[in-house]
Amino acid sequence: MPLSKKEIEELIRIVGLTKDDEINCDQCLSFVAEFAEHKLAGKSVPEGLKAVEQHLSICVECRDEYEALEKALREITS
Amino acid sequence: MDNLGRSNEAWLLQLSGSGSVQQTAVSDLRAALLRGLRKALSAWAVADNTFLEDAAQESLLRILNRLQQFEGRSQFLTWATSIAISVAMSELRRRRWKDVSLDEVLAVSDSRVEGAIDEDAGPDVKWERQAILDRMHALIQSDLTEKQRAVLLAELRGMPQDEIARQLGSNRNAVYKLTHDARKRLKRGLEAAGYESADVQAAFAG
Repeated sequence: MPLSKKEIEELIRIVGLTKDDEINCDQCLSFVAEFAEHKLAGKSVPEGLKAVEQHLSICVECRDEYEALEKALREITS
Repeated sequence: MDNLGRSNEAWLLQLSGSGSVQQTAVSDLRAALLRGLRKALSAWAVADNTFLEDAAQESLLRILNRLQQFEGRSQFLTWATSIAISVAMSELRRRRWKDVSLDEVLAVSDSRVEGAIDEDAGPDVKWERQAILDRMHALIQSDLTEKQRAVLLAELRGMPQDEIARQLGSNRNAVYKLTHDARKRLKRGLEAAGYESADVQAAFAG
């Protein structure tokens, strides 16, 4: 069975976003709190956290966790 | 970002202390984590009260064991919540996929690249998209190892990296590296054929 249209589009998207140097999931987790505070405060992402943004654009699981983290933080601090 | 009325230093001091001061800090942290988890996971039917209580407790233990790893680059509560979310969602993924084998996921694929040509697209666009897909197909076969093909395809089918890693006897970071290397090979292969990332994205946009 061939890849579905959705799968191919996702493959093309993530290949296009691929960088030679990327952080892994553990590294993303260690920086994601700082990243979330910048985003929730409406600040631009500093250069040192760009790798987190890039990782989240590629890694579905970390992206899901980040979206859940934003929801949790909004609730806790409301 | 609110830190529930405590400075980072106060959190660390109280959580690593003893007696009623520690108990109050632990209790406050646990309540905050539970509240955050309840909101964040409200769309998951399996994330019932028991699950949330267990996840908050497991997260609390992990956070207390890692207090020395907190570097103060964010509010303590933000850091703690990021760990709790990771703990809870890892468990949700594990439950969702624990009975699905990698072979099962891959069985529905022969890695052929088809189906992404929109019939409504103009002839030039269709031709360009087909050329890119043909090249991608060839690269998948020629430039990726069998293991890279399998893992990449499993991920495209939604299988979590930690479950792939578990079934391969590996770990999540190793799986990420495997697919990262695969993506780099595909990207270089496309570039060598004259397809820069921006061109590829543009060809499939809209």
